[in-house]
Amino acid sequence: MGMNLYEVVSIVDAEILTPTLDLSREVCCAYGADLLSDVLAFTRPRTLLLTGLFNLQVVRTAEMAELAGIVIVRGKTVDQSLLDLACASQIPILRTKLTMFESCGRLYKAGMLPCSKDEECADNVCRPL
Amino acid sequence: MSAVLCKKEFYVKKFDFQHAGKAASDVRKVLMDYGFEQPLVRRVAIAAYEAEMNMVIHGQGGTLTLEINFDCIQLVAEDNGPGISDLRLAMQEGFSTASDEIREIGFGAGMGLPNINRCVDFLGIANKPEGGTVVTMRVNLGGEK
Repeated sequence: MGMNLYEVVSIVDAEILTPTLDLSREVCCAYGADLLSDVLAFTRPRTLLLTGLFNLQVVRTAEMAELAGIVIVRGKTVDQSLLDLACASQIPILRTKLTMFESCGRLYKAGMLPCSKDEECADNVCRPL
Repeated sequence: MSAVLCKKEFYVKKFDFQHAGKAASDVRKVLMDYGFEQPLVRRVAIAAYEAEMNMVIHGQGGTLTLEINFDCIQLVAEDNGPGISDLRLAMQEGFSTASDEIREIGFGAGMGLPNINRCVDFLGIANKPEGGTVVTMRVNLGGEK
């Protein structure tokens, strides 16, 4: 089952930090991590990333891995330079005050799929844009 | 050797975390402009990004060279660092010599070279006698990994 970023916003009570970017894009699954090489190794295109990191490398990682967007957890302050890079790279940034655990839990409960290697989410949304 | 359709060099500065990832981003844009398929672009972009971060973190900066050939896409990352003393260890998932500062930004988990190996069809790593490391990566065209 696919979910779009508007639904993610409402499930994790997120603020939209990149209002100019399209949130109707479909998310295929989600991955929570603070290790960026893990994100590069274990996500698929159109994965939603939940992370406690808020540096430029998160956005670069999302760009290379073709992620659907980033949720920054625990309400951290984000630099304008990160948002500028995110807009240039077309990576929507959401921010929630919830912890990583609660954010992931709410999304999982709402039907978001984990980013596993099996073909659970084979209904086209995993295919590259 | 096949003819080179395109060759571009990107310079990478040591510890420049403001621009780290720019070279890989530029590589990605070149490949998209050439119209390569998205899964292939993603594999090359991830390999380029990991190699670039290695040059920023460990390699004292260096050069990332992209070559598009008829039969493959080649990336060569040539750095100015101390070289890799134990290649077998460096290829092992989880082995890292990165500092705590690097770990704080989300790298240094010991997944860089294994990640590159996962994305490419050929990976060659050589220490230069005068110092520095040359990492050669190739992704074949016309075949799925």
